[in-house]
Amino acid sequence: MTGRNDSKMTKAQIEAERVKRQRLRSIAIAVGLGVLVVLFYAATIVHLGGNALNRPL
Amino acid sequence: MTLETQVEGTEIGAGPAVGDFIALMKPRVMSLVVFTALVGMMAAPGGLHPVLGFIALLCITIGAGASGALNMWYDADIDRHMARTAARPIPRGLVTAGEALTFGTVLSVTSVLTLGVLINWTAGALLALTIAFYIFVYTMWLKRRTPQNIVIGGAAGAFPPMIGWAAVTGGVSIEGIVLFLIIFMWTPPHFWALALYRCRDYERVGVPMLPVVAGPDETRRQIVIYSLLLVPVAISPYFIGLGGLAYLVTSSVLGAIFLWLAVRVYRVREGRAADKVAKQLFAFSIFYLFALFAALLGENIAERLIAWGVFGGLTA
Repeated sequence: MTGRNDSKMTKAQIEAERVKRQRLRSIAIAVGLGVLVVLFYAATIVHLGGNALNRPL
Repeated sequence: MTLETQVEGTEIGAGPAVGDFIALMKPRVMSLVVFTALVGMMAAPGGLHPVLGFIALLCITIGAGASGALNMWYDADIDRHMARTAARPIPRGLVTAGEALTFGTVLSVTSVLTLGVLINWTAGALLALTIAFYIFVYTMWLKRRTPQNIVIGGAAGAFPPMIGWAAVTGGVSIEGIVLFLIIFMWTPPHFWALALYRCRDYERVGVPMLPVVAGPDETRRQIVIYSLLLVPVAISPYFIGLGGLAYLVTSSVLGAIFLWLAVRVYRVREGRAADKVAKQLFAFSIFYLFALFAALLGENIAERLIAWGVFGGLTA
């Protein structure tokens, strides 16, 4: 894993690593929230089934 | 201050990596949870749309991971002193205890609510009960107080197939309870085999595991007793129609091996040979549980394929 041997890292390298990890954490949270939205959407469609299109206009 | 001292503990300075949060969820434990929950879902009568089945499985998995993170948060003080747990993210300083608490709490609430809203509230309530039982009953209450910690606490690990069953049927039935009982009875011999050769670790941190409190000989006796209880329980799915002939053969043969290893642990009490047989039982117990549930799953898949006429189509 990156950054595990950082006892020999300079301050600049540590800062770069910190920014990189923060960005990856942000991406992971975004992906998690995106998955949650997709799951709720997919489950809603499954629960509605074919009846979603079978209604009077 | 020199650069050397400044960069000490930089793993905290750089913040936790995504992988550190995944490690908090105890991926190996999660894999067993996923598998047993899947078997509970597949074995249940009726059907669940594959999308909903996937969501249920994901929620159970995330819920199990969340309780792992909360367990690591609470046990961080003792984890750092035990060889088996010293490399966990909090003792290594990769994640702070507060981060683990927040992470575990958010995932617990999210997984329970998602399972309840999208699948059904019986499954959601059982998942909430599992997480609460693991954290409040096992981790906070029993673990540091009684040698019966893993006997009662083992219920938390036994719930996933029952949750899977409830996700499909919306209720709890005898079959789900039998699946629960298999893991419940399996947990003591499994963990006590580990505790036999990790005894000093638990002693050092004051966790009253059975070998620490009652001694290795009493632990060996208890392992044999619980193994004798486990094997018939593990065979019982055949007699309630949950498992078929293949399951009966698998559970009987593997049960005999389990008992044989338990008796060996009971007899071999000295030196490295004693540690070796305890490790053998520990390793086999994991395989045993996987194999039992795999047999149930395999039979269930075969039945579905026959019902769909796949085998008939092949032979025609």
